[in-house]
Amino acid sequence: MNYFEQINQSEHQSLLQEIEDSTRALNVSRRSFLKTLGISSGLVLAVKIPVSNASPMKWAVGAKKDGEFSPSAYLRISPDNTVTVICHRSEMGQGIRTSIPMLIADELGASWESIKVEQALADQKYGSQNTDGSRSIRRFFSPLREAAATARWLLLEAASQQLKVPADQLECKDTFVMKKSGDKKIAFGDLIEAASNLELPPKEKLTFVTDSQSKYVNKSSSVELVDGHGFVTGTALFGADVQLPDMLVAVIARPPVLASKVKSFDEKAAKKVSGVVSVIKMDDLSLPAAFKPLGGVAVLAKNTWAAMEGRKKLNIEWELSEHKSHSSAKQKEALKESAKNADKVLRNFGDADKAIKDAKYTHTSEYYVPALIHAPMEPPMATAHWKDGVMNIWASTQAPQGAQQTVAQLTGVKPENIKVHVTLLGGGFGRKSKADFVAEAAILSQKSNKPVKVFWTREDEIQQGYYHAESYQILHAAWDKQKILAWKHQVSEPPIGSTFAKDTKHIAGEANLGLLDMPYDIPNVICANGAAEAHHRIGWLRSVTNINHAFASCSFIDEIAHKLKQDPKDYLIKAIGKDRHIDLTKQQADYGNYGEDIQLYPIDTSRIKAVIEKVAENSKWGSKRPKNRYLGIAAHRSFVAYVASVVEVEKTSEGKIKLTNVWLVSDSGTIVNLDRVKSQMEGAVVFGISLAFFGKVTFNEGAVQQSNFHDYEIARIKDIPPTHVDVMINDHPPSGVGEPGVPPIAPAICNAIFAATGKRIRELPLNEQNILA
Amino acid sequence: MITLKVNGKQHKIDVDPDMPLLWAIRDLLNLTGTKYGCGMALCGACTVHLDGKPTRSCVLPVSQAEGKTVTTIEGISADGEHPVQKAWQSIKVPQCGYCQAGQIMSAVALLNDNKNPSEDEIKDAMSGNLCRCGTYQRITVAIKNAANEMTE
Repeated sequence: MNYFEQINQSEHQSLLQEIEDSTRALNVSRRSFLKTLGISSGLVLAVKIPVSNASPMKWAVGAKKDGEFSPSAYLRISPDNTVTVICHRSEMGQGIRTSIPMLIADELGASWESIKVEQALADQKYGSQNTDGSRSIRRFFSPLREAAATARWLLLEAASQQLKVPADQLECKDTFVMKKSGDKKIAFGDLIEAASNLELPPKEKLTFVTDSQSKYVNKSSSVELVDGHGFVTGTALFGADVQLPDMLVAVIARPPVLASKVKSFDEKAAKKVSGVVSVIKMDDLSLPAAFKPLGGVAVLAKNTWAAMEGRKKLNIEWELSEHKSHSSAKQKEALKESAKNADKVLRNFGDADKAIKDAKYTHTSEYYVPALIHAPMEPPMATAHWKDGVMNIWASTQAPQGAQQTVAQLTGVKPENIKVHVTLLGGGFGRKSKADFVAEAAILSQKSNKPVKVFWTREDEIQQGYYHAESYQILHAAWDKQKILAWKHQVSEPPIGSTFAKDTKHIAGEANLGLLDMPYDIPNVICANGAAEAHHRIGWLRSVTNINHAFASCSFIDEIAHKLKQDPKDYLIKAIGKDRHIDLTKQQADYGNYGEDIQLYPIDTSRIKAVIEKVAENSKWGSKRPKNRYLGIAAHRSFVAYVASVVEVEKTSEGKIKLTNVWLVSDSGTIVNLDRVKSQMEGAVVFGISLAFFGKVTFNEGAVQQSNFHDYEIARIKDIPPTHVDVMINDHPPSGVGEPGVPPIAPAICNAIFAATGKRIRELPLNEQNILA
Repeated sequence: MITLKVNGKQHKIDVDPDMPLLWAIRDLLNLTGTKYGCGMALCGACTVHLDGKPTRSCVLPVSQAEGKTVTTIEGISADGEHPVQKAWQSIKVPQCGYCQAGQIMSAVALLNDNKNPSEDEIKDAMSGNLCRCGTYQRITVAIKNAANEMTE
């Protein structure tokens, strides 16, 4: 099996089935998880980190190194009493560089002032660093607490010996071990020698701080953002900001149509531009694309402007690939046909076809969501420096380990000689977990023998991306009186798998994302997928196919409620049915559950209903509203978290609408950084509004038609109404945060539009529906 | 040769006069706080002050900045003590942080012009600055807080 087939297997599996780094709890019931949160219990989760050779919990014998105490890969303590927290996940706005230190500071008994944060290089010893899939806290809450609790145990034991006081009379507080009676204390930094010589405690001996003891975790606004000062003074280092002596900036003209070849180009003309140093042809891309560079011609210059000007002069003649005949209009028709004849059954319970045929009342609707692109404010950026057999890389990457592997394969440099430094990311949203841009920098540095920064313009980002696939969905329902008897959901969308194995035409893990986990209590259900061909790279974008699947299913349940003349919120609760854990194995569905144990993270209908009830209460659903104001509601479970949203719109005298309020309630289980959870949900509302209002990438003759923010718009400050976020506080296991806020927004908006105008929106974006005021 | 006055300091740079000010600032003066986002004055990430006025540096030829005063995010307050920076930090406006220098430059310019802007005036002044993370609501609050702080 070659490397890219392996990537197909491992990356595709990991990102859709989320098993690549399944740092998951094994054989542990939710009850025992709660006990570990219940603090003094000795039960600790068994944690497996299969992706790493050296697990983060594998302790070095004599953990002293360079005069510091390094009891774990995640933290070390220095003689000057500094606690260095090594952040192994990428910071892209979710606040992880603040949240991980909060968790460790609390568990260790360190003051915030003594904490220093260091960004990890790519290294298997940390477990997965793939900052994707809303997993950082979900997967590392337990390993990080254990690391800190173990360090605390060692410090207490060391202090007990030095102070000749039993350990149970001591506590860790403000980076000191002190006697609970208060009369003796010793700094962590003075315990390095003694603590380093102790045997590690067995896991059963570990204890964890209680919620009432914690100073930072789950306390609102308790500390400043670690990078806050850098952000407001312009000193924070993003991928775009890396400058090295002698560095060249490369801008690449990539083929307008996927997998096209360079026939000829004008090197001389490009080199005539002042500042241009060299022109390098990239290797043509052979499919599958995976994370390989797209090919084309690179212009390397002394500054960014010269490189961009040089690129304009290349006058490339392309030998276009077969994808040149692709157009979105044609694709839409093909997807529709394929959805109608969906042949791959993904969930099958009862006999939905028969129930629909026999039923007195039926309803069918078709939904279309176009292709979308990430548009992080910072396009992909990577700098590489090949020197003396070592490849140093600085990149705004979500997946430093994946970048390391990709670069190793494409350059022949051994992974241990590739140092991937992770800068801050100016947004990621899934784009920056693909390593193509990092590989470009490494290849160009090797070829030019210079440090090279590969700069992607906005046009490059929009036209050369990994797209959220366009999708066509058909929903059918049958009912009798008030009860839905059958639900049939047919989907056709080019699969992410096609990026990694070119003949892939059916979805795989995408089905886990809001399609086959539909939570309504219906006796006859069928979910099926029809083949679809991809003509461009398909990738994952914040919340992935939950975007379109939830748009369809949360709209369709609202359609049924209106048909039955029921209140949409009350009917939603009724459709979900009684409190239960949904067992999809009984419905012939192979459900991935975001890589989590279904016992620990069940599909819990009581929690879906709870966020619905809460958001209804917060929005005063059912009460009299101001004139011309109308509400829509949607709720969705994704990334094992539960989110409900109510959108309020105002109808103008022309029958158009504008947004006036959004309410959102999230339940992500155990919370570490409450403020960053809220800010992620606020951001998800804006992301959802962007895709509902404007999101559309189209292709003609194989090439993307949009190019910048004038024709691929995202929401501006004026588009955003007051947004009211409420976070459920409970002790369920930690769940996703970054993505689950997105899926309910578009359907909630469209359900509100229906309530206001009677117009049912089944195709996005709204700015093409003649409905926005 | 072009003479640029940036953050109170004179720089003589040998540069193509058509190069947008953004690239002169970032690549030649190594002031990387000002960001690229679109290159077409659509997103505001590159906002600087030109003689005090918020200006998109990605479309302004560097030659047109000659003889004028350029202020970048680095010139607002290096220690982050400007009321707008403090307001931003206090309610934790930034998520990824990339667009925030441009947001702050627009906000400072607004408050220099209008000590007590209404919500609509804030939205008008900030409508040229995109944020993909979606920090808009907190931006509005932070500007109001900074306005209060500055008039106290």
